Amino acid sequence: MESMTTQRILSETVKYLLLGVLVILFLFPIFALVMASFETGQNLMRYGISFKSLVPKTFDPKNFVALVTTRDGVYLTWYKNSIILTALQASMALAFSSFVGYGLGVYHFKGRNLIFILVLAVMLVPVQILILPLYKLMTAMGIMNSYLGVVAPFVVSPFAIFFFRQYSLGIPKDYLDAGRIDGLGEFRIFAKLTAPLMGPAYGAMAIMISQQAWNGFLWPLIVMRTGDKFPLTIGLNSLLTPYGNNYDMLIAGSCAASIPIIIVFFFFQRFFISGLNAGGIKG
Amino acid sequence: MRTASYFRTYRLVPYVFVLPFIISFCAFYAYPLVSTIIMSFQKIIPGQTHFVGLGNYRKMISEDFWQALKVSFEYTVITILILIPGPTLLAALLNSGLKKLNAIYRAAFFIPSLVSVVVAGTIFRLMFSLTGRAVVNASLGFLFGVKPIDWVMGGAWQAMLLMVMLATWRWTGVNTVYFLSGLQSISTDLYEAASIDGAGPARQFLSITMPLLKPTIIFVTTISIFGGFAMFEESYMLWQGVSPNNVGLTLVGLIYQKGFQLGDLGLASAVGLVVMLVVFVLAVIQLNLFGFFRKED
Repeated sequence: MESMTTQRILSETVKYLLLGVLVILFLFPIFALVMASFETGQNLMRYGISFKSLVPKTFDPKNFVALVTTRDGVYLTWYKNSIILTALQASMALAFSSFVGYGLGVYHFKGRNLIFILVLAVMLVPVQILILPLYKLMTAMGIMNSYLGVVAPFVVSPFAIFFFRQYSLGIPKDYLDAGRIDGLGEFRIFAKLTAPLMGPAYGAMAIMISQQAWNGFLWPLIVMRTGDKFPLTIGLNSLLTPYGNNYDMLIAGSCAASIPIIIVFFFFQRFFISGLNAGGIKG
Repeated sequence: MRTASYFRTYRLVPYVFVLPFIISFCAFYAYPLVSTIIMSFQKIIPGQTHFVGLGNYRKMISEDFWQALKVSFEYTVITILILIPGPTLLAALLNSGLKKLNAIYRAAFFIPSLVSVVVAGTIFRLMFSLTGRAVVNASLGFLFGVKPIDWVMGGAWQAMLLMVMLATWRWTGVNTVYFLSGLQSISTDLYEAASIDGAGPARQFLSITMPLLKPTIIFVTTISIFGGFAMFEESYMLWQGVSPNNVGLTLVGLIYQKGFQLGDLGLASAVGLVVMLVVFVLAVIQLNLFGFFRKED
């Protein structure tokens, strides 16, 4: 008995040491980014991130000040665009996807299975492959270089539909009946009674969709044509030019762009996790 | 009975609920798909289009296409070989022992997936900078006496390694969460019973954990195939679309290059369609290998 516990303690120690080393490796790039934001762009250009730049001599925030002052504060414009795009995409995708997912989960109707299969099929088609015709479509609709153009293909999220459908399967039918007895129409029942019951689902999807919108790259790269319309990802990317990369702005800008999402993650960890777990549910 | 009466009374209501999906499906999936098929048989110059039969497909089978297919295929296979076993083990480790500590570790692995690929690509390019002072080369030199390596522009294996490391960094946490949720659905009774029968941890992992994780493994492999072949942004961030000898050219990169940079929509559509077919076939083969289509009772 005695030897078993010592052995157990030993194996647990080894396990946590091993995990600790891995954690340090995984967090190292983030740490390097934060430290490098106090380094001069010139040094980064010349040496990359060196061990010296991991220990800044001073925590001079001049790179962060430069973010606000360079080119009439274009960085702030990118930030504003990212916030607008994220808010727009998240609110629309949440409203439409919960509506559809709820409909699929609660009602029995002809074609319900077919639609559900289509939702699953669409989840597996990478948007990247459809960018050309989507680009033509946006041009035809006259919404290139606009917020709407970036958001339009994503206002209905198949993944979120799937999530809301799974969630609404668990809503007791009694709620619907109670609403009907009170004389509410089906849409009022959704708005007043059942949607509020799906609070945790809204939380999980709000975070998943916001993160995707905030970090979106390929599609805004195609849709947004002028610098004043760029979100952060495209704006930061535009700092990489063949004539020399603006690392002063790029690194501090990358930090400032990532911090909100990491803070949100720490507050809403369980929503992130449950959002992912929906994918693992066997359909 | 209940169901039938719902159906009669609220016959139209459900269709109103699913309408947004139907509209979005038609506009943003079905139409683009049909349009891709049509465009792949056309030569498209602004203002006029001609039918060219298989012309685009013939033009497509050039060196660039095989190179892009090779890069995407290798990238997908290698990332799957790393990002399935690694996270499975990690999840198994995180599923036992101290709960609080495990939650902190899990969060740490998850954080890289939160930053945008633009940020991730920038950090990696700087860490893997070609000088002997950059952290990666400096460490390799210090530990193993390796001469500084030109990771970004050096050649094919360096490029592939860089892309794979970037993917590993970003996706380990996400896949670990998938496997953790798979593990948590396995009843602890099974392990207790196995312990009583004298099975050690390794034996338990192979005889209980692995078989019961099969649905999760199938799921993660499937999304990894789709994700791997759709990879573009990582490579774009490392090389801005032009890599030496196309060592970083992926299939979606080829679509972007031909379609948006060279304006050959017909050719790019042909590539897109072929990619979709390849991915679909691979996914079916993979599901078949795992016995997904076998009827189980």
